[in-house]
Amino acid sequence: MGAVGPLVGLGLVMVAFEVAPRVGILPGSSFPTTSEVAVALADLVGTSDLWGALGDTVTSWLWAMVLASAVAVPLGLAMGSSRLVATVVRPTVEFLRPVPSVALVPVLVLVYGTEPSLTVALGAVAAAFPLLFQAMYGVADVDPVALDMGRAYGLGRFGRAWRITLPSCAPYLATGVRIAASVALILVVTGEYAVGVAGLGREVFVAQSGGDYDEAYAWVVVTGLLGMAVNLAFGALERRYLWWHASQRQPVAGGW
Amino acid sequence: MTGARLAIDGLHKVYGHGPEAVTAIDEVSLEVATGELLCVVGPSGCGKTTLLRCVAGLLAPTSGATRLDGEVVVAPPPGMALVFQDYSRSLLPWMTVHANVVLPLQAGRLPRAERDRVAAEALAAVGLADQGHRHPWQLSAGMQQRVAIARALAYRPDVLLLDEPFASVDAQARADLQDLLLEVWERHGLTVLFVTHDIDEAVYLGDRVVVLTASPTRVKEVVDIDLPRPRDQIETHARPGFAALRNRIFASVRTEAAHRRPAP
Amino acid sequence: MSPRLPRLAPRVGRAALGLVLPVALVGLWWWTSSNSTTYLFPPLSEVVESLRDDWLGDRLGSDVGPSLRRFGIGFGLAAVVGIGAGTVIGLTPWLRRASLPVVELVRSIPAPLLFPIALVLFGIGDGSKVALIVLGAVWPVLLNTIDGVRGVDPQVLDVARSFRLDARTRIGRVVLPAASPMIAAGLRIGLSVALLLTVVSEMRGGTNGLGFRIRADQRSFDTASSYAGVIVIGLVGLAVNLVFVAVERRVMRWHRGARGLLDLDGGVGTAAGART
Repeated sequence: MGAVGPLVGLGLVMVAFEVAPRVGILPGSSFPTTSEVAVALADLVGTSDLWGALGDTVTSWLWAMVLASAVAVPLGLAMGSSRLVATVVRPTVEFLRPVPSVALVPVLVLVYGTEPSLTVALGAVAAAFPLLFQAMYGVADVDPVALDMGRAYGLGRFGRAWRITLPSCAPYLATGVRIAASVALILVVTGEYAVGVAGLGREVFVAQSGGDYDEAYAWVVVTGLLGMAVNLAFGALERRYLWWHASQRQPVAGGW
Repeated sequence: MTGARLAIDGLHKVYGHGPEAVTAIDEVSLEVATGELLCVVGPSGCGKTTLLRCVAGLLAPTSGATRLDGEVVVAPPPGMALVFQDYSRSLLPWMTVHANVVLPLQAGRLPRAERDRVAAEALAAVGLADQGHRHPWQLSAGMQQRVAIARALAYRPDVLLLDEPFASVDAQARADLQDLLLEVWERHGLTVLFVTHDIDEAVYLGDRVVVLTASPTRVKEVVDIDLPRPRDQIETHARPGFAALRNRIFASVRTEAAHRRPAP
Repeated sequence: MSPRLPRLAPRVGRAALGLVLPVALVGLWWWTSSNSTTYLFPPLSEVVESLRDDWLGDRLGSDVGPSLRRFGIGFGLAAVVGIGAGTVIGLTPWLRRASLPVVELVRSIPAPLLFPIALVLFGIGDGSKVALIVLGAVWPVLLNTIDGVRGVDPQVLDVARSFRLDARTRIGRVVLPAASPMIAAGLRIGLSVALLLTVVSEMRGGTNGLGFRIRADQRSFDTASSYAGVIVIGLVGLAVNLVFVAVERRVMRWHRGARGLLDLDGGVGTAAGART
């Protein structure tokens, strides 16, 4: 029963996109039908192009995540633990936050050309902010009573940090990683598309420019599937850390 | 059977299916006469709230029925108002006190000025005439529960259902709220079904007290409260009859809590 | 600390501390770039000049204005569609189950990749740009609205049902306000996405706008000007955020009030008018 709904929804959309270009609602010249895209997708799967581009994108994404985590998480933890650090750093961070990293593309192009470093930089900058803020909120949200208890039991500063603060931060960090992973991927692919760095985004661009719309949308579907996979994977990870935390936050319905 | 405003007939509620099914209510039959104040007590977790939700039409029973003036309750009927236990979740925090009290009147066809008047009257009846512009979370616990009562009153119900409404309120405010309820009950000739875990409260307020068994729930006994009205916090509590009734019911509930009955 | 100025000193001190880092960074930038000859790293003085003369001069009207207009329309549409559709989907379980996989798939596609679709459907010009903004900014609003509507406290719904409120009152005065904290969070994210896509859509084509101008500067190797442009984007983003936060504070005051009371004893509040 549970599986019917999603399949029906998906099926309807696929039918709609099969019919619309044929009938003329959408211009057939630039809109392939579902079946045409499916064929193009099937063709792609066999080739090494697909896995090559996928590998390029995923590699850039991983580097972006590593870079962002290495910078943002320690900084966020520091900001959450020390009011001094927070007071000094926060205004700067708040100013930089709304700047879309894409605005840096014209400048980054001059520096990196079409090297993957460009997309790694884009992704890292975008992913840094959710990681930083989540780390900060996580530390700030540690229950002071729990810390007092730790001190009463003779735990030193490191002991308290390791056994109380860090586990308490875990749900927040899990949320941060989920958001950052998603954002980083989008930026990496967008960079590939806009500039021509090797990866899924570039394949989409090349196919679109060449008027090969079947293939272009096959690549788009691949991109979407990758994004979904990342979202689902990190969502599951987040839920694993969040299940006890969320239930703590839900008020318990009284006795019925 | 005549004269019964509210008739609960063979109410039975099971959650879930198959081997994991939980019988919350085994079989409850009760009658509440018009204008009566009936209290319901029982050990913790005995399904008092489930019972109330079924009676209110918020939860469909597995079998059996509640009848209001002879009509079966399948959905919340007009003429029945509910006061919930957790006022912090049942009063809407984005509305002012006045807006909260006026809300139930949206369903009717009264003009705006009339609705405002009814709401203002209800607030005055609970002693909060000048608090209409504030938000619920700006008020104390006792005051918030008064707002909940005012809201129920503005709805002009015939029957008032209350689910442990004074449980989260401090003792002083609780006494005031009890007397407020009695006053409101008498003034408007309401029929009241009052669920509580506080036996003193049940004896103080009620015409009769129903004692429920532990889960799966049945009616264990019904005790007549033959204390004179009007009730008074000091005098009524001082009467030997009060202590006798209270102890009898307390013992009854305690036996239930100790000997949890196995599922039939 | 002088006892006569108990409140003033800490606040001024905090503001001063907050400025230390930006001032230091700007100073560093100025000093390292002042003798630079490479076009990639122009002197900060030139950037400031460009900022003052071009960006905050003519370009305010010719480029910043149009960008803001597109951004406003795009975000507005995304909000309306996202909240409207999100409410309907959130309240209808079968619709939610049916649409969620499709939604999750499409939203994982970076919006710029779908720009050609917008171009075909809406032609060159503002239409396709606004369409792109909507295409990207609608998702956080939609998903957060769905979650918010679904997550309404069951007891609040019981209240609505027990008083037999009609659908319009129930949705407009109970469900949507209850969901509004989550909807606000979604709108905030949508705001950043909308700004990003405004700039991106202008970089791809068009005749004016922040993105267009920065791209043009880069092509003519006027890097000072394009850096200044990035700063302007930052300022616009900051301004938009501040406006949003100010509006949110006002509209969502009740939420802070209610939670303030609850946090006080970790459960049901008892103090009258308590403020955290």
